[in-house]
Amino acid sequence: MVRAAVVLSAREVFSQSQLSRWLTCSCVAIVFLLIIPGAISAQQKNPFAGDAKAAKLGESQFRINCAFCHGLGARGGGRGPDLTGAQKKHGSTDEELYHTINEGVPGTAMPANGTTGQGVGMTAEEVWEVITYIRSVEKKTVVTGNAAKGGALFHGAAGCAMCHIVNGKGGRLGPELSSIGEARSADSLVESVRNPNRRLAWGLIESTKEFPQEYLSVNVQTADGQKFSGVVLNEDNFSLQMMDVREQIHLFEKDKLKACEISRESRMPAYDSKTLSDSEVQDIIAYLVSVSAK
Amino acid sequence: MKRLAALCFVLLAAGAGSRPLHAQVTYERIRNAAQEPQNWLTYSGSYSGQRHSELDQINTGNVKGLVAKWVFQSAALGKWETTPLVVDGILYGTAQDDRAFALDARTGRPIWEYQYILPSDIRPCCGRVNRGFAVLGAKLYFATLDAHVMALDARTGAVLWNVAAIDYRKGYSFTMAPLAVKNLILVGVSGGEYGTRGFVEAYDAASGERKWRFYTTPGPGEPGHETWEGDSWKIGGAPAWITGVFDPSTNQLFWTTGNPAPSNRAAQRLGDNLYSNSLLAFDVDSGKLNWYFQYTKHDEHDWDATQVPVMIDLDGKKLIAHANRNGFFYLIDRTSGKLVFSKPFAHVTWSTEKDAEGRPVATRESSPTLEGNRVCPGAAGSTNWMSPSFDPQTRLFYVTAREQCDVFSTAPQEFEEGHAYYGSAYFPSDEALPYWGALRAIDPLTGERKWEWKHVTPSWSGVLSTAGGLVFTGDSEGNFIALDAASGKALWHFQMGGAVNAAPMTFAVDGKQYVAIAAGSSLFAFGLP
Repeated sequence: MVRAAVVLSAREVFSQSQLSRWLTCSCVAIVFLLIIPGAISAQQKNPFAGDAKAAKLGESQFRINCAFCHGLGARGGGRGPDLTGAQKKHGSTDEELYHTINEGVPGTAMPANGTTGQGVGMTAEEVWEVITYIRSVEKKTVVTGNAAKGGALFHGAAGCAMCHIVNGKGGRLGPELSSIGEARSADSLVESVRNPNRRLAWGLIESTKEFPQEYLSVNVQTADGQKFSGVVLNEDNFSLQMMDVREQIHLFEKDKLKACEISRESRMPAYDSKTLSDSEVQDIIAYLVSVSAK
Repeated sequence: MKRLAALCFVLLAAGAGSRPLHAQVTYERIRNAAQEPQNWLTYSGSYSGQRHSELDQINTGNVKGLVAKWVFQSAALGKWETTPLVVDGILYGTAQDDRAFALDARTGRPIWEYQYILPSDIRPCCGRVNRGFAVLGAKLYFATLDAHVMALDARTGAVLWNVAAIDYRKGYSFTMAPLAVKNLILVGVSGGEYGTRGFVEAYDAASGERKWRFYTTPGPGEPGHETWEGDSWKIGGAPAWITGVFDPSTNQLFWTTGNPAPSNRAAQRLGDNLYSNSLLAFDVDSGKLNWYFQYTKHDEHDWDATQVPVMIDLDGKKLIAHANRNGFFYLIDRTSGKLVFSKPFAHVTWSTEKDAEGRPVATRESSPTLEGNRVCPGAAGSTNWMSPSFDPQTRLFYVTAREQCDVFSTAPQEFEEGHAYYGSAYFPSDEALPYWGALRAIDPLTGERKWEWKHVTPSWSGVLSTAGGLVFTGDSEGNFIALDAASGKALWHFQMGGAVNAAPMTFAVDGKQYVAIAAGSSLFAFGLP
């Protein structure tokens, strides 16, 4: 049936997240928690820790309930963070993970268990199985770079801060990266630097926004011949809201434009190894991981 | 004072309509709905399922001046999927969480509001949605997320009868608008995600007594039982969650069914899995199955056939046009159930051949695997439950289409009663980006596309066509759009501030035409200045 209705574009997922936020506020979630058998859920430790069979069962539950946002193998997806890192944004202990899964994270796309509008949610046992599975795919984060050097590159020679804000400093033509070091694996960050066209704003769609900002490139020409280049902030069939390369916002009615070209080609340059060596990329990643952890 | 105001109100409204208020909505009136286009008496506007109106006051010449007349807020979040009914100046609608209301259709002012209290442990697979009422006599009928069927008093919203169809804790629910035919209220169940057993059933409109039930997975001894492996028929899904259509000339009720369960892990349900993903033709009085047509045999991609089947009469032929979730447009002879032809109306990779009857056959390669397999269309389908329309003037069929491929993978799972039973996981395919959608105009006799209106992102809006030469639809960016039915050119649009998950309808009061649609948490009515 329309379980598929949740398997949609990011935009539609946001309306789902609205729903789940609302449900979290209502008593439904609380009532649900009350009816879960108390014994197993009250535990602070995973009863299945290290149990390979439980991890296997958890993998199945993960694919059904979590992978749409968090990706196959928990490696992160377009909408949810990579979970293979040991450090989780909303708490890394068994008890915290259980809490995050069961109650969701208000204000984000992470819904409370059983409130996504699909399914009745996982039983306490199944939640622990999912946690067992996540533990089985966790990798110890190996940061090889030098964060101080990376910070200097990010805000200096590499030019990253011209378009990306970290901790309140930087440009506006690309997504903010203050917490990206935690949400994305090092490998996928390397991919974004080397080949930014591959996945636009991958994993950066912020659930608190009502529409996905992918930072598509846009070139427009107005009826009087003025040209503007920049990124799309939002659009529909009739209007365009964009930021030009000087970070000025422009609002257009599409049918009044002489030309309007929107492309999935990222404005971010692809940094090859001559422009930015492998070790320099690792330095920048170390910087992003260090600021995320704060 | 309040009572006095209410009395004035009723008198005013009564003076306004072409009939006295609270006139009985008889079966004959619904059957001849085209003769009173100022009213919208059933989910799709008429028994034909065409979602087409003969009203032409709003037309290609003046639609540019259309303005919002009123807005009604449901005060609920989540998708709002209702199509309201209008009877003699009063609009009746349902909303999220099984709310219901009656409004002055000229002003949007509520006459009554009703909230059904749902248990906390209902099993809605896909949102706390309801798609609307059926009306018959002076009663309104709706079906709830805890699998009850109810009759409300049209004047007060008071509950007249309330029947539990089945135990919701097993995963059953209702989301569709019931259909009223003769003295019967017809409903089809939701819950294919829970390993349920689908059914279509009929209730006596006056008493709520169940008259018949047809299980969509045949039991032992019934024809079609052999299309299920072992006991898989018991949990085989095949729900029936969209409103059917009725042909009075042959007394046949047409109802469509959804996917077999689990949706894309078919290892334990070898066989065609009748009557999943099918068009069923019933004798409406007895519930006896006259014939069936199965669109997707042994489905492994969640491609419910739960689209409103549209009855059209062209060139002396009695037909059903059906743009299916699997990406093919089907034209079917509705007297015999024989396929006339099938043709893709969107990008399709799952089928390259047809069987002897002309039905698309799935390739072996399209079967989901543990690691995942890219197939087009994706699980949401080339279209879904959003209503299409057929315009007898242009002779075109209008359907909201979606272009998205998914990676389909299996996720082995034990069945447990009342628990979600997907056995599968879907992921939008990277290569398919960006996903997009379109409203497509199709010649139903050839399957040829005449025009399309592209949506920036896929839309979940249904379509309304009118004798004013217009097609109305909505989009996920919150626009309500009027298009020229002949050319697909946009003539007017309005930003409603919320995504559309409903189908438009139209009505008239005091000789003035309105077009209404739900978007976000608001129901909008538009009219000429």
